[in-house]
Amino acid sequence: MADFNLIGQSFGPQDLVAKITGRAKYAEDFRAEGMLFTKLLVSPMPHARVRSIDYSEALRLPGVVAVLTADEVPQEDHPFEPCLTNEPLYEGEPILAVAAVDETTAADAIELIRVDLEPLPFALNPLDSLRPGGPNATLMGNVYQEREVVELKWPQEVFDAANEPDQMPLGEANDEWEYGDLEAGFANADYIMEETLCCQSVTHHPMEPRTAMAYWQNGKLYMHSSVQSVAQSRRGIADRLGLELDDVILISEYCGGGFGSKIRGSVTEVIPALLARKTGRPVMMRITRAEETAIGRGRPGMLGWARMGFRNDGRMTALDLFLVQDNGPYSRQGDSGTSGDVAALAYTPESMRFRTVRVLTNTPPRAAQRGPGGVQIVSMLEPMVDRAARQIGVDRLQVRLVNAPNAETQFGRGSYELTSCFAGEALSRGAELFNWSERSQRSGQRNGSKVRGVGIALSPYYGGTSGWDGLVVIRPDGKLYIHQGVGNLGTHSCIDTAKAAAEVLNADWANCEVVFGNTSRHLPHSSSQSGSQTTHAHTRANWVVGQAAKGLLQELAALELGGSPSDYDVSGGRVHRIGAPGTGLTFAQAAERAIARGGKFDGHELPEDINDMTRTSATALAGQGLVAAAKDNLPHTARTYSFVATFIEVEVDVETGAFEIIDVTSVADCGTVLNPRSLAAQANGGVIQGIGIARSFKWAIDPTWGVHLSKRIEATKPPAMLDVPTTLTFEAVDLPDPQNPVGSKGIGEPPVGAGAGALLCAVEDALGGLAPSHQPVTPDKILSIVESGSLGWSRLETHV
Amino acid sequence: MEQLDLRSQVTRSVSRRTFIKGVVAAGATVSTGAYLFRSTNAAQAASAQGAVERLVTLRINGQERRVDVMKQETLATTLRYKLGLTGTKIGCDRADCGACTVLVDGVPKYGCSLLTHQVRGAEVTTIEGLADGDQLHPVQQAVVDEAGFQCAFCAPGFIMAMVGTLQENPSPTREEMAHSLSGNLCRCADYPKILNSAMRAAEYMRSA
Repeated sequence: MADFNLIGQSFGPQDLVAKITGRAKYAEDFRAEGMLFTKLLVSPMPHARVRSIDYSEALRLPGVVAVLTADEVPQEDHPFEPCLTNEPLYEGEPILAVAAVDETTAADAIELIRVDLEPLPFALNPLDSLRPGGPNATLMGNVYQEREVVELKWPQEVFDAANEPDQMPLGEANDEWEYGDLEAGFANADYIMEETLCCQSVTHHPMEPRTAMAYWQNGKLYMHSSVQSVAQSRRGIADRLGLELDDVILISEYCGGGFGSKIRGSVTEVIPALLARKTGRPVMMRITRAEETAIGRGRPGMLGWARMGFRNDGRMTALDLFLVQDNGPYSRQGDSGTSGDVAALAYTPESMRFRTVRVLTNTPPRAAQRGPGGVQIVSMLEPMVDRAARQIGVDRLQVRLVNAPNAETQFGRGSYELTSCFAGEALSRGAELFNWSERSQRSGQRNGSKVRGVGIALSPYYGGTSGWDGLVVIRPDGKLYIHQGVGNLGTHSCIDTAKAAAEVLNADWANCEVVFGNTSRHLPHSSSQSGSQTTHAHTRANWVVGQAAKGLLQELAALELGGSPSDYDVSGGRVHRIGAPGTGLTFAQAAERAIARGGKFDGHELPEDINDMTRTSATALAGQGLVAAAKDNLPHTARTYSFVATFIEVEVDVETGAFEIIDVTSVADCGTVLNPRSLAAQANGGVIQGIGIARSFKWAIDPTWGVHLSKRIEATKPPAMLDVPTTLTFEAVDLPDPQNPVGSKGIGEPPVGAGAGALLCAVEDALGGLAPSHQPVTPDKILSIVESGSLGWSRLETHV
Repeated sequence: MEQLDLRSQVTRSVSRRTFIKGVVAAGATVSTGAYLFRSTNAAQAASAQGAVERLVTLRINGQERRVDVMKQETLATTLRYKLGLTGTKIGCDRADCGACTVLVDGVPKYGCSLLTHQVRGAEVTTIEGLADGDQLHPVQQAVVDEAGFQCAFCAPGFIMAMVGTLQENPSPTREEMAHSLSGNLCRCADYPKILNSAMRAAEYMRSA
């Protein structure tokens, strides 16, 4: 492994002091002179058409400044999600917005508005929408066909052929792929298992509800918001408002959690922006926790079916997978497609067929949620693999090891290859740390009313993109400024990945500053801080720009001091003759000489291939020091995936249905460790989030009225401290990925599925293989299973 | 008006003199903070029989602050939107998450679930009141040294709960500390690192 100074060290992020003294300003903490406040009139029905709205009385209320209706905002044909609508597609969808001098007045004004709604048929369960004559979620249709919404109904025979409600009807899918000989795979199997699957939807509920404050100055929009990527969200906001990118100044230094729900510009930014333009005053819109359930996005739930063939040694010979995705009303979600790839990678079946259909429903809009598609498939299939292992009589660790991917694996829709894979190493090391061989002997052991269970899950997930830009400046103050356009979500990767540039330049980290969170500070074109991209994408981009800066320093030194660039090296805050660290130019001197020479040295001449956003930023910085901008053109010839193996032991009280988590042990293959402490926090936090999805998050919708029943945190509860052990075990395989200059891969996504899957497997293990088919696994469900062997509702019921 | 015995007294008369004094004092501090309270009709306050006085004096972070509050106004709202103390966060506004935790006479309380009128005369400490200039409170220093928290929207509430806990119990076990902090939610689920911070905070507080 390469010898690094900064990579692999634990550093605290530079923004932490602001966060813990109350000085850090999140979107809701900003004030502006004359600022107005917004409240929304939202649909009380899951699907309706506005016949008429009368807001004259509201406008007469003292303190009310403006009303914004759907007629005044950009509208396009579905599947575009407008910020205000006359055809609400879910309960809680904004119809109209009021701006007033304070929030109470705005809320009072909403009460004075009379809206006449025509109720329309609505679909909650995707299967109901696929039935002949079943309701469509939108007037245009009920499923996504590629990017279009069309109508798809399955013939009655499909439903008749299935033994509902326990067996999934298998109609026409509109997206499928296959590899290998599926028929032969099942023919060669010693054991075949076939099951109907389900997985609930989950609201994101970041701790900070989405807030945005907007004002306009000289035709430019100033937007204070809570987003996961300054560069990418700015583009989303500009597109939605029909603005040039340069006319949007986005400020988001701190983001109070997003988990995928704050990636692109959303309706919650567009409404205050439009109201600010209409009123000529700053406008803030804050979203309540209950409104978060409607507007704040959720993970798509799934109904499904899987047929698996195994040989007696546990090797999976065939996997036939069918997923019906509950897509919500807007934007095609990629989850189920990703589920297919993740299943293919987790078990590397010798043959596989994947089919899916994405059905629109009149439930809250969905978005990627940490491990999108991965969490759903891991939590559905890992318990099924356990059940198969019990039938075959193979150890549950062994069945995973025998099917685990390796560096040679090709998988999924495009027979993708991997940049690196140490999944087997993660499983083996996890088993060692957890002491699987001993603990698994305790399966089903009863002590009074308490029964032990252990579970494992292996969760692969995509671990990084490439091709983004880096931008650094060495200023005459002698400091290295590393500009980052990603968000500052709290993962620390915004800061940690900047270390790659400092590493190349052998810079003292105390002499480096990371510039982020505000587009007027001139940020490069960066990835969104989502999909576990940042660690991989921006160690690459920062490495590349570090090398570009090093090259400029060497060239500059040769011009100034004689010799050739290769005679010089960079370290200790200087560019100096090789082997003579005290010679040459300090960073401060080099910055001054770069400014004096201009051209390529101070940002006046830039590489051809950088993105326009980076070019604009670098141009604005030109003349302020030695400016280097570069696009990551390093080879990226295969898919980058990370893997987490989690082991959980539980103790289930079969008299009360309560259970305690005794131990959680996880091992990750995410390449070289960038920052050990931040990594452990990401991994353990992700595992705990997965535990929450399996145990306490809940998404319930009234089947008669289509109204959400779990709108607040007490109804859909994130785990608290006492819900998990006070110490969790985590280790990284810490082997480098060859296609990243520092060897790192992303880690955000895979632990979530691992936590959810391992917990479900452990609880089921304690219950002797009886499956609590519906998440969350709550005490009432456990008792129901213990007492009657069933839950009382079928796997095909959703939102329960 | 600042005495402790007034804390439970919700029905009060108001003299013209204190009212004017209050308007002057509150007007100076309020400026643009017009959130969840009416910026108009201030003279309606306390005119009806049984109404609560609107202009109150609070003791926050060692300072006396005069502020105009509605009778239904919560402490979290007053702190954030009237007094500019935006370090106290509102995550759920319903006693679910603990992001708004502040100390009231040294005891951690949810700011969203206390009426501002209930804390008249009490000593309120918020996250802004812990550090002494650039000198961090030992609990904050412990968090920095352990790099506690991720998005940190929950951090002010957690830190106030840690301070309150350690005043009550300077040597908690890890389990006791977890119990004490279980009324605060971290959606990033950075619990192991938060607990590490809290246990280091206990050390720092003992040696402080």
